[in-house]
Amino acid sequence: MSRYSIFSLARNALSYHENWSRAWRSPEPKREYDAIIVGGGGHGLATAYYLAKEHGITNVAVLEKGWIGGGNTGRNTTIVRSNYLWDEATHLYEKAMKLWEGLSQDLNYNVMFSQRGVLNLGHTLQDMRDIERRVNANRLNGIDGVVLDTKGVKEIVPIINDSPNARYPILGASFQPRAGVARHDAVAWGFARGADQRGVDIIQNCEVKGIRRENGCVVGVETNKGFIASKKVGVVAAGHSSVIASMAGIRLPLESHPLQALVSESIKPCIPTVIMSNAVHGYISQSDKGDLVIGAGIDSYVGYGQRGSYSIIEGTLAAIVELFPTLSRVRMNRQWGGIVDVCPDACPIISLTPVKGLYFNCGWGTGGFKATPGSGWVFAHTIAQDRPHELNAAFSLDRFSTGHLIDEHGAAAVAH
Amino acid sequence: MLILHCPWCGPRSQTEFAYGGEAHIARPLSPESLSDAEWADYLFMRKNPKGRHLEQWGHAMGCRRWFNVERDTATYAIQGSYKMGEEPPGGQR
Repeated sequence: MSRYSIFSLARNALSYHENWSRAWRSPEPKREYDAIIVGGGGHGLATAYYLAKEHGITNVAVLEKGWIGGGNTGRNTTIVRSNYLWDEATHLYEKAMKLWEGLSQDLNYNVMFSQRGVLNLGHTLQDMRDIERRVNANRLNGIDGVVLDTKGVKEIVPIINDSPNARYPILGASFQPRAGVARHDAVAWGFARGADQRGVDIIQNCEVKGIRRENGCVVGVETNKGFIASKKVGVVAAGHSSVIASMAGIRLPLESHPLQALVSESIKPCIPTVIMSNAVHGYISQSDKGDLVIGAGIDSYVGYGQRGSYSIIEGTLAAIVELFPTLSRVRMNRQWGGIVDVCPDACPIISLTPVKGLYFNCGWGTGGFKATPGSGWVFAHTIAQDRPHELNAAFSLDRFSTGHLIDEHGAAAVAH
Repeated sequence: MLILHCPWCGPRSQTEFAYGGEAHIARPLSPESLSDAEWADYLFMRKNPKGRHLEQWGHAMGCRRWFNVERDTATYAIQGSYKMGEEPPGGQR
């Protein structure tokens, strides 16, 4: 497997870029592995990568029912930030942020992490008080953030509608300069390549049909490619987590909802940062290609259809046009949906389960992409050591019976 | 876009309705006698199935009454609506 560099680029140019080696193999599954990861999205691939890199566990398979990165990893709006309110959440997302900052070098794969900042707009006095509280909490935890007034927002985004006569006038915003966006497909591919180089088998088109257990311990998984044995199984199946959990007789506090996003035609650079608004419910950034990347809200009903309602798109675009009247005639090119597994407290579950050797990493809901490297890092630790890392100890499944919820739904900058 | 059938008002657009989550979750009669795990199961744990789902909808923009719907969460096909206390059209719960 070649290392990517300016020299390999020059060398391959001589053969018209026709002889690049494959970034990862496509092996048939072995009979047994030391650990199996169910789900080949960013989080699953990152888990496999850090299992190999940090814990020396390389006899690992990642089982993906479709193609890697084809689920929510390829369907999100690529926003990365760590400005959550509560200590537990903030430390977890900040771990991810620190990994993001060195990820392209670590993986030898350009994930195009661009720290262009994120604005979380405030439209009411109460919004601004909540923003001040959150920014103060962030700064006490060593996370960057400032509170801006209307003028400060306008300076960063000149095309924003700062009229005091707007239905939801912009009174200010929080700004996290280290936040930004990353190329979501590259994250999946980079982790896949890095894991594969360390011996991990990535097996696509391999759907898990059952979880075999003996005496309360996991012994392997039934798949459409036959039985694969392993004493450790980590499930990172996002919207399908409840489906996999039911195979092992486990109930989860999750509901899977369709979440939509859309991109416009390419236009000249006009949005230099990421802008989110909880009150009018829209978020927007501009990709390097020039298309506007717009995130909508979830449909309220349970749905696995990877498509949502038109009324949600209509509401989101109304919000975007309210914020940016100049975009009212920009045409939308594509629209799609993903299935997000929403937890009652809008925080993930990264946890051991009542079945020994079976671990779950789920409940990321509408905001999992930003945590991809951190999620994989703590989940690899959880699987390798059979106990959570201190960063994810609070995110265990038993918090729903102890009552130690980490309520980020209304409190933090969660836009859903 | 779903077309839901309100038992009182007939077929209406989904935008008129409020979603009420999984149906047939009965509040325990004596919460104080439950363990923390049993209470968590009532409060938080959900079937969240991929397939047949019995769920509550309220006609928020119409008659404001609640009813149940049998719907497939993968295809979004609606089997039918039924009033609270009735049996679902597709048979047993």
